[in-house]
Amino acid sequence: MELSLATRTVDEHTVLEVGGEVDVYTAPRLRERLVELVDSGVRSVVVDLGGVEFLDSTGLGVLVGAMKRLRVANGRFSLVCSKEALLKIFRITALDQVFPIYPTIEAATRDSDGSATS
Amino acid sequence: MATVRLSFSPAPVHVRTARLVGVAVARRAGVAEELLDEVRLAIGEACTRAVALHNQYGLPDLVTVEMSDSDSYSVRVIDHAPIEASVGLAKLPPDELADESLTDEALTTGVGFALLAGFVDDLQVRPVEDGPGTEVRMVWPVQRR
Repeated sequence: MELSLATRTVDEHTVLEVGGEVDVYTAPRLRERLVELVDSGVRSVVVDLGGVEFLDSTGLGVLVGAMKRLRVANGRFSLVCSKEALLKIFRITALDQVFPIYPTIEAATRDSDGSATS
Repeated sequence: MATVRLSFSPAPVHVRTARLVGVAVARRAGVAEELLDEVRLAIGEACTRAVALHNQYGLPDLVTVEMSDSDSYSVRVIDHAPIEASVGLAKLPPDELADESLTDEALTTGVGFALLAGFVDDLQVRPVEDGPGTEVRMVWPVQRR
């Protein structure tokens, strides 16, 4: 399945919904979109991996790059993921210790400002 | 022994094809259904690595993937980059993963190797027998039907 990208706003957060396969071929499009968001002034990005069917090291590298970019800009970057297959990838690479990973968008957006957004 | 051999020009778009073929052959060989996601990821990582090396060294040579199902399902991914390119394959510790000084390429390489090592119990990375290049060999058990 091709990569799909869609953004929406939840309070002060920009949620990027990612779907399909994120691999060496499609990851540059994801990188481009994340760079656009940060360059446009977005300071809280929540990447929702709920629709992702495949994620490889190139995609993981793009996510780390976006997190670093936002950190430099004093921004916040988090992931939403509840699929065990993907969570295992984060554990094996130790990236679960690098990214804030939440089971839902609500949890990701609530945790940043201490108030529920539902 | 049935063998399927696939060669492709070192372009990212072909890695997906290699994954699809690799999983199709694995399923036919009798690899357990619950291992197929790992097979798909591992073949993808090995091919991604080979494509990146060929591009890094400006090599137009084809990357080869060879799958065989004798007593087990084995996949060999063969590149033709200088052998020293394979040195430095290492799993990165968490505190280095987000380090500013780490390049995207180094990060992806380290993460890719971590995935290969984490998902493939029987993994070998060794020089090819003739000429420059590296072979990544991965083996999975099969269930005979």
